Parts: sequence; structure tokens; C-alpha cells
Amino acid sequence: MFDFALTHAWLIPLLPALAFLIIGLGTRQDKDTSAKIAITMSALSFLLALGVAGAVITRPVVMADPFVMKTLWAKVGDIELFMGVLVDPLTAMMLFVVTTVALLVQIYSVGYMAHDPGAGRFFAFLSLFASSMLGLVLSVNFMQMYAFWELVGLCSYLLIGFYYYKDSAREAAKKAFITTRIGDFGMLLGILLVQLTFGTLDFLELKALLPTYIWETGGGILTVIALLLFIGPIGKSGQFPLHVWLPDAMEGPTPVSALIHAATMVVAGVYLVGRAYFLFSALPVVLEVIAWVGGFTAIFAATIAITQRPFKRILAYSTISQLGYMMLALGVGSLTASMFHLMTHAFFKALLFLCAGAVIEAMHEEADIFKMGGLKERMPVTFRCMTIGVLAIAGVPPLAGFFSKDAILAAAAEVSTPLYILATVTAFLTAFYMARLLFVAFFGEVKPDCPAQETNAWMRWPLVVLAALSVVSGVWGHFAGFGEWVFHGPITEEHISWQIAGTSVALTLLAFFLAYEIYVAKRWSSYEISRRLGVLYTLSYNKYYIDEIYTVIRNTFVDKFGAVLYWFDLHIVDGIVNGLARFTGGLSGVLGLAENGQVQRYVTVFYCGAIALVAYSLVFAWLVLSVLGGAF
Amino acid sequence: MGLPLLSTVLLAPLLAALAICLLPRESRDQIRLIAAGAMTLATVLTLYAYAAYDTAAGGMQFTESIPWITDLGVTYALGVDGISLPMLLLTDVIGLASVFSSWNIEKRPKDFFVLLMVLIAGVTGTFIARDLFIFLLCYEVVVIPIYIMVLIWGSTKRVPKEYAGIKLTIFLLMGSAFMLVGVVSLFLEAGGQTFDMAALVEASRTGMLSEDFQIFAFLLLLLGFGSLLSMFPFHSWSPDGYAGAPTAVSMIHAGVLKKIGGYGLIRLGLLVLPLGAKFWAPLIAALAMINVMYAAYIAMVQKDLKYIIGYSSVSHMGYVLLGFAALNAVSITGAIANMVAHGIMASLFFSQIGYIYERTHLRSVPELAGLAHHLPRLTVGFMLAGLASVGLPGLIGFVPEFTIFVGTLSVYPVCAFLAIAGIIFSALYILRMLAKVLFGPRVERFAAVPDEQGADLVPLLLLGVFLVGFGLFPELLMGVIRSGVTPLEPLLAQLSGAPTLLGGGF
Repeated sequence: MFDFALTHAWLIPLLPALAFLIIGLGTRQDKDTSAKIAITMSALSFLLALGVAGAVITRPVVMADPFVMKTLWAKVGDIELFMGVLVDPLTAMMLFVVTTVALLVQIYSVGYMAHDPGAGRFFAFLSLFASSMLGLVLSVNFMQMYAFWELVGLCSYLLIGFYYYKDSAREAAKKAFITTRIGDFGMLLGILLVQLTFGTLDFLELKALLPTYIWETGGGILTVIALLLFIGPIGKSGQFPLHVWLPDAMEGPTPVSALIHAATMVVAGVYLVGRAYFLFSALPVVLEVIAWVGGFTAIFAATIAITQRPFKRILAYSTISQLGYMMLALGVGSLTASMFHLMTHAFFKALLFLCAGAVIEAMHEEADIFKMGGLKERMPVTFRCMTIGVLAIAGVPPLAGFFSKDAILAAAAEVSTPLYILATVTAFLTAFYMARLLFVAFFGEVKPDCPAQETNAWMRWPLVVLAALSVVSGVWGHFAGFGEWVFHGPITEEHISWQIAGTSVALTLLAFFLAYEIYVAKRWSSYEISRRLGVLYTLSYNKYYIDEIYTVIRNTFVDKFGAVLYWFDLHIVDGIVNGLARFTGGLSGVLGLAENGQVQRYVTVFYCGAIALVAYSLVFAWLVLSVLGGAF
Repeated sequence: MGLPLLSTVLLAPLLAALAICLLPRESRDQIRLIAAGAMTLATVLTLYAYAAYDTAAGGMQFTESIPWITDLGVTYALGVDGISLPMLLLTDVIGLASVFSSWNIEKRPKDFFVLLMVLIAGVTGTFIARDLFIFLLCYEVVVIPIYIMVLIWGSTKRVPKEYAGIKLTIFLLMGSAFMLVGVVSLFLEAGGQTFDMAALVEASRTGMLSEDFQIFAFLLLLLGFGSLLSMFPFHSWSPDGYAGAPTAVSMIHAGVLKKIGGYGLIRLGLLVLPLGAKFWAPLIAALAMINVMYAAYIAMVQKDLKYIIGYSSVSHMGYVLLGFAALNAVSITGAIANMVAHGIMASLFFSQIGYIYERTHLRSVPELAGLAHHLPRLTVGFMLAGLASVGLPGLIGFVPEFTIFVGTLSVYPVCAFLAIAGIIFSALYILRMLAKVLFGPRVERFAAVPDEQGADLVPLLLLGVFLVGFGLFPELLMGVIRSGVTPLEPLLAQLSGAPTLLGGGF
């Protein structure tokens, strides 16, 4: 049975694609049927993914010897482009995460989208997304990955802009697509260079070719290739400086934020680096760049999250920060830690976003956490789930985040002290802003006109399941030997360094305490603190003005320059064309004077000509005679 | 061999034109039915040819040959190979779609459909002719209907339609004048015996055409075909022309007529004058790069939908030129595939723009908004065309662009790099346009506009099937093109050492 799942792994992305087609072409007007189709297909994909995981464990399929099936998609010249499935423990883990979260989010959406007339379209897009993401995860080569990479980008665009009648959603969707496109440009260049350098894009073939290539020619061009490839993940996984689209992506319906912009699509960048880790890990310079980009992004986004007010935006910056963590882990050489955190993060961040959806819906679209308060009485289940999510992300043992974050901190500490300090400070900040979010929204007085009440069952049960996963996935991963399955190079020993874990837990508790004092006990005024911090607070609150800088760049270098070129096209290029036409016209006008159709003029010209001829003859005759006369 | 398939495909629109001539002016229904019937027949036959074409054997198939002007060596010779067959398919599919995009034409429908049929027949002829004389003849046939159609059924926006029409025509005629000189000199140089393309290729292969002659003659062809392909700086007719032209003409012009330029560069330029092609290739690459970036930048500041797509098509033709200039099997495959891809997406764009313009008389981006509320099918059409322009995988544009990039990056790194950067800019101008026109708050004034249905839906369905079909299964397209390009490989290999302009220092 497991073997059946493994050999039919290609069905995992195809089933949701089928759901997309059926809903898109047929049932999109009927939201109940559409939801049923989408959920059925997702459930089947989920079961197959479980089967694949089972096959990976029982067979076993290991990192060094993956299971591969592929088929020719297109052939150009002597270049063959394949599509297929590559299954190894890393893939199996991703399939499990993506299908689980996708299924839960679709179930949640039945409740969340119950009153939206576009629900059918919503389920179609969600299915298309699931299909594209699963296709990406199963990629056998860079081309397939790029193709699905673009498709998940499309789904993200369609779903961010789902409320297309809102200008803000429309702009956010566009921004997401274009910003990630900048990353894709770099990545595409990288992929093309891989093709030109090695003559193949296949992951396994490249893995086999690479050591000899490096031994023979060194890493010069490879470093360039790897850096170019890494620009793609910078865009997709919201790393600085291409992170700007991710907070705006919260314009989409909240289940979308949970599925795409927290749990799955945004980790595609991390996954790409992980999938091609045989390449990245061979290039120390590139690893260092990845580590620092990740580390900087982690702390940078955390410092923004601290001052934001909308519920989902805080979570969005938190996502950017956590993605930075995963990149950092890759940069310091631990595929295991990064992928472990990817998995736990997917569960607790999806949980947090779905809680956010429940809260915002209950608050009738009010997103500002300072306009909430006391929700723990009104929404007890959501509150408990939210608390689990916050504890998990803050890294309180024994919840999921503790183990995966500890693995990252330990890996960073081994390689570089500055990066370790950066990551630890980020952990402190994370605990603080998450506690702030929880305390402000759920504690304190209930606001007088607060409409909130507990959500319906469709939305509640996915929360509970995700909460359970957020509790157990860390312990399970730690003790079931996650690192013995997903790793690169030598297997890292699974042990907890008490020094590192102790420090981070102590800092987390300190952050909780501070947040409690400020936002619950109100011993210190948050207003006073922000006033004292002055410029720092303003910078953080305005997200370091990155968006404004981009606007200026776009206006000057794109739109103004475009206008200049258009002027050039109209007045110079076309000017020459029209000038030539005018010159020809003028010339023919002059020549045309002789033929204007007036008989009078013809006669005049005729007589003038005749007179001229006569005069000429006379002069000629006179000259001839005079010459001849001279002879006589 | 029973039915002369290609002749039927060529004559179907001509006979339809003749039949329409015999009908009274008022019978619009019969007129358009005849046009649709003829184009359906041509399309079905072409699809049959496409399916039945033996890619393993390759070469010219479905050939027909009847001696015509024996003194000049002119033969009515038709045939298709892996290069011309996709172009023929493109012509018939877009031709059929353009008939349905003109379904509701009120003004002088009889004259319109007669001219449209003649236009389609002319374009068809250029792609299936195996004789240079027939090729030129068909090309000249194309010019006249276009001019009349722009004048009578065109629209005046930024420039008067009279200006647009004459500009289009003069550029086409100028191009054909250069081409004519080139072709005549080629005919004489190759012995003055024949216009048969295969014989000319053979003459070139046996060294009858000196390198200097090839360089000179290719320049003439480049001026002709290049301006047809809207190569910078001969592109300015294209946006103005499309803007002035009626929907069907924009569709056919941007969709297939333009591609005669690229087709001619390969069929004549490369095959008959390989040394000339090689010599000028670096210049073409540089101009191609300018095409891509320059036109994309200008597209960003346009307001009129037709101008956006007009400049966009100039930009896309840059990829085709770049693929040609790299002169290797991969890049040329990409160039041909990209012509097909762009043809489908551009004509879909123009048909959708035509639909909305016909009903609102609006075409300017700032005036249109929120159409998705009232016109979901039109929205799908715009989105499909837009996403294909952006090169999204699963749609027709992805594999051709990818192929061109792979084929050119090692030959012209700088030009290719900048051209690849074009993917960012195309996303910018396309998504801006889509966002503004389709999305945003509901606008009541568009509430009364009916969505596409019946005949109006045909262009979207027809072009959409190819847009998605060739996107999901690119081998259907690439396989046929490969069978056309593979025979060029020995020639391309010989060329790799031939001299180039400035030693290729671009």
C-alpha cells in the first residue's frame, strides 16, 4: 500500500489540480459543492502524502537514494526538459506539512467563507495553489521548480487580490507579484547558467557532477550561480530587501494568509535552498551570505513587529523574521535545523493566523489589536489555541518551537558568535511581541461595543488540530530522530545544549514578564516608552521607510524614464519618420507645381519655354556667326 | 494524392470572398456565415495537416507544384515544413477568431468580410509558398486590404486613423520595396533561372552567392523583414497602426502578419544568405535588446490599451529577433515558438480589447475600471492573455521564452541579460493594466455592458484552447518546430566560424 502511494506520488499534485478544473469550469457558482470537491481532493492528497511518508520510512528511502519518476515535457534542440516526482525524506516531510495545512485551511474556509459569494472561486484558487505547491515540492529539476514556483506566485497573486473590489487588495496583489518577480529574474538567470555550465538541470545529475566540477575548475562561476539562485528565495521567502510584499499580502482572506503567506508558499525559498543544498553547501562564501541575510532579516523584521498594531501585520513580520531564522540555519550549515523549524513553524504559524481570522471575523473586520481586549472570556477555545501558538513560537518547552529554535541556535553558535547573538536577541524580541499581541488582544477589559463571540465548528476544529500539532511536532521530531532522516553531510547528534536552551528560555520568560508588566499590569506606560525611544520607535513603526524608498525609485527610474523614452519615440524616432515623409511631400510638391492641371499655366510655361528656346537659338546663332565671322 | 490540402486552405477564404461578392449588401448573416464556414474549413484542414505531419521524416510535406511562368522560372509550389506549419496553424486559428471578433460589424459588412478574407488568404500564401515569387505576390496582396480596412473601419484616438493607415501601409510598402530589390538581386545572382526557394538554398550551398553579395542582400532583407517585425528603429508604425485599425486587422496584424518578418528572416535570410545573417547578427542582437527594454519602458507609460499591447508586441518581437540573432538550433526553435506564442496572446488581447471598445467606446486605462464585476468572461480573457505575456508556466509563453533565454545567454550575454530583465518590466506594465481595468470598486456605468456570449465568446475559447493547450503540453508545438529546425543544424554549425560585424563584439 505504501508502495502504491510512492509510485503514484504524481497524483498528489494532480488531484487538487483536478479540483481546480472541476470547480473552475463547472461548480464555481455552487459553493457547497465546490467546497466538497476541494476538500475531498485535498483529503485524498493528504492520504497519499501519508502513504508516501510511510513508504519513505518502511522502504526506506533515504536522502542519498531518492525515489524518482519523470517524463519528458518538452525538448528543444538537445535540451530535454522533464517533469516528474522526486521523493526523499525531505520531500515526504514537505508533502505532509503542505497537505495537512492545506486540508485544515480548506475545512476552516468552509466556515470562514460561508457568506462570501465568491467562495467557489476561492476554493478553486486554493486547490490550484495546493497543486502548484505540491508540484514544486516534488520537483526533479530546476526547471520544474521554477515553473511551479511561478505558479504558486500566480496563486498568491490571485488570492491576495481575492477581494478584487478593494483597491488595497488589488495593489497588494500586484506588489507581491512584481516584487517576487525581481527575485525570479535572478533565479532564472541562475538556472540558465546552471544549464549552460552543466548541460542539465536535474537535481540528482547535478549532485553527481558537482564534486568533479569543483575539483577541476574551482567555485568561481558556481558562486555567481548560487548567489543568483538565492535571489529567488530572497523574493519568495520575504528576505530583506524584498520582504515588502509579505505584510501587504495580508489583504487576502485570512485562510490564505495562513496557508500561503505563513505556512507553505513563503517557505518555498527555504525549500529551494534546502533542495539544492548540495550546491549551496559546497560554497562557503554563499553560505555566509545566506546566513547573514537570514540573520539580518530575522532581527530586522522582529524590530518592526514590536510596534505594529494590526493583528495580521504583526504575524506577517513575525513570519518574515522566522523565515530569516530558517535561512540563517541553512547559512550556518544545518539543513536539519532549518527544515525542522520549517515544519514546526508551518503548524504554529498557521494556527496563529487561523486564530487571527477567527478574531478578526468575530470583531467584524476590526484588525487593530488595541481596539480588542478581553477576548479570552468571549472566545475561550480560540484563546487557548492562540496561547499555545504564542508559547510555541516563543520557544517555551516542551512546545514545538522550543526544539526547532534550539536546533537553530545551537547550529549558529557552532559557526559564528555574532550570528548566535543576533538569533538570541531575535528570540527575545519574538517572545516580547507575541506576548504583547496576546495580552493586548485577549486580556484586559472587554471593550463596550465588542461584538466578539466564539467561532463556529468548521473554524474551531482545525484550530484544535493545529494546536495539537504545535504541541507535539517538536517533541516528536526531536525524539523520533528528524535529523536522521532529513540531513546533509554527517548526521548531527540530537541533543539539547542546556546552556543555549537555558539562555533562550530565560530570555523568553523575561520578555513575557516585561510584556505582562507593560500591557496587563500597566506598570509602565507603553506610550511613555515609545516616546522615550523617539526616532527608533518612528523608524520601526514606519517599517524603516523601505516602501517609501521603493516608491521613489520606481517613480524616478521606471515611470519617469519611461516617459522620457516615450517622448524620444514620439519626437525623435517618429519625428524622423514624419520628417522624411514631409521632406518627400515637400519635394513632390515642388515637382508637382509643373503639373497642377491649369491649362493657362501649361501655356505660359510652354511660351516661356518657346521664348527661351528662341532666345537660346539666337544667342547660339550669334555666337556661331561671330566665331565663324572671326574665321573669315 | 486526393485533395490538394494546402490549395484548399489557401483558396477557401478566396472563394468565400468571391461568394460574398455575389451576395446582396443586406444579407449580413449569410456573409458572416460564409466567412466563418470558410475559415472553419481552413482551420480544420490545417489541424489535420498539423496532426498528420510526419515529424520523423521532416522536410516539406503536403507539397503541390504547378509550373506557372516558365520563362521566369515561377512555379505555383506549396508545401509546409516544421517552420511554416505552426505559422499556418496560427494564421487560420487567428483568422477564424477574427471573423467572430467582427461578428457584429454594422458598417458595410460585405466589403469588410471580402477584404478580411483576401487578407487572410494573402497571409496564408506567404507561409505555404515554396516559391519566392508567390511569396512576394501574396505579401503584396496583404497590403491593400489593410489600408482600406483601417480607413473605413478604423478608429481615431491619439492619431487620426488616416495617418495610422497610411503609416502602416508606407512602412509595409517600404519594407517590401527593400525586400523586392533583395529578392530580384538574389534571383539574378543565383543564375536567373528559378524562384524556387529550395533551388536558391542549393545555389547558396554550392557557393554561387559570394559572401559580399550575401552581406549586401541580407541587409536589404533585414530592412524589409525587420521593419515588418517592428525592429527598432522601424517599429513606430506598429502601435499607431494597431491603434487605428479595426479589431480584426489588429488581431491578424499583430498575430500573424508581423510574423512574416521573422519567418522571412529564417526562410530566406538564414537559409539562402547564411553568411549575411551571420555578419549582421550582432547588430540584430543589439537592436533586439533595445526592442525588449525600450518598448517595455514605453508600454509602462501608455494609457490606451491598444498602445500598451502595441508596444508590448514590439517588446516581445525583441525576443524573437534575439533568438534569431544567436543562430543556434535552440535559440531559433525558441524564436519560432515565441512567434506562435505571441501571435495567440496578442490576438486574444486585441479581441478582448475590441469587445470592450465596441460596447463602451472606451479604450483608455484611466477610464475603464472594475470590469470584473460585470464581465467575468472578458476578465478571464484578459487575464489569460496577460499572464501568457508575463510568461507564466502552463501557458503558451513560458517554454518559448525559456528556450530563447537558454539559446542566447551564452552567445550574447549582455543583450540576453537585459532581455531577461524584461520579464520584470512586462510584469509591471501588464499587471498594472489588468489591475486598473479589471479590478477595483464596482463602476455602475459598466453594469449595462453584457458579458461575452455566443459568437463573441468564440475568440476567447478558440485562442484560449491553444494558449493553455500548448502551455501544458509544449511538446505538441516544440516537436513540430524541432523537425523544422533540426535540418538547419549542419548549416548553423558551419556558420559558427564565419565572420561577423565588428567581430561580434557585442
